Amino acid sequence: MNVRAEFIPYLIVMAGVTYLIRMIPLALIRRKIKNKFILSFLYYVPYAVLSAMVVPAIFFASGNIITAAVGFVCAVVVAFFSKSLVVVAGCSCLSVFLTELILRFFS
Amino acid sequence: MASLTLFFNGTILVCGDKKMIQNSFKRGLLDGVPIGVGYFSVAFAFGIMAVQCGLSPLEALLISMTNLTSAGQLAGVPIIAGGGSLIELAATQLIINSRYALMSVSLSQKLENRVNLPARLLVAFGNTDEIFAVSMSNSEKIGKRYFYALMIAPWLGWSGGTIVGALAGGALPEIITSALSVAIYAMLVAVVVPKIKEDKYCALCVVLAVLISCCFNFLPILRTFAQNYGGFVIIICAIVASTVLALVHPIETEDGANEC
Repeated sequence: MNVRAEFIPYLIVMAGVTYLIRMIPLALIRRKIKNKFILSFLYYVPYAVLSAMVVPAIFFASGNIITAAVGFVCAVVVAFFSKSLVVVAGCSCLSVFLTELILRFFS
Repeated sequence: MASLTLFFNGTILVCGDKKMIQNSFKRGLLDGVPIGVGYFSVAFAFGIMAVQCGLSPLEALLISMTNLTSAGQLAGVPIIAGGGSLIELAATQLIINSRYALMSVSLSQKLENRVNLPARLLVAFGNTDEIFAVSMSNSEKIGKRYFYALMIAPWLGWSGGTIVGALAGGALPEIITSALSVAIYAMLVAVVVPKIKEDKYCALCVVLAVLISCCFNFLPILRTFAQNYGGFVIIICAIVASTVLALVHPIETEDGANEC
């Protein structure tokens, strides 16, 4: 449980850069944006960012593309009926676990 | 409590007193719990990985407490462990985390007007993918108390998961850790899918973003680019898809609706 001296500059740089990226737009943009194009763009951004982060990365998350695909389909189906993040994440993890069990049984 | 209910484009807007602002501490705390649970499992995996790379558990914990970002930390730890340069570390964080700048621009419009500069400096620290997504899923504008409360459980889950994973992770069977690894993605799916259901243009935007993202992962030349500048890919997908949809189907911005 030690912290090496040479680790400290890394920590400061890493945390500093990450924070500044988040902070500068929030600190600078105080006015309400009126431009219709920018407002529309910002409306779509969250969903574009999140979906690009998930697909195809999720297929490589569990180390097995079949179990990961099952987890993804499970998440989409459950999310269609439930808004709860925990329910969706839990079902998805469980489906990956069960698929892995089944695959091991047959291999 | 004088309030006026308007029907606008099928959604109900409640104008008047503070009805249009979500600023409940309790609500924020509760909304943050699912994120905290999800973060715990993902941070657990991060803790294992950081120790495997050669960091001490305390160092892994300090990174999680100060950064609060999954992709950036996953990319940063090998650089630190390998004794890479500070410039390389800074550049990697800048590229991978640049999506937060877009999110912060969006969030700047979501915060109510009374959220001042000191509050914004604190809010900025907690603007992660999932906290951002949950805060944007509120139909109202959001206040600082709600956002502060929303940050608590995810920060505890992220830090707690890291130290537990770093100290005890090696003991878990692989079948458990690989199942946990999809949790974070499933959580993001849970944010996107309900929106796809209610807005077909949002669905179109998601399809477009996913298509571009897949091109970067599977087409030969783009794939090489993605391997070298992975953090740029998400930004490019988001900017292209959002720009196309903003041009094809701009949102309604009638002044009357905005001022409510």
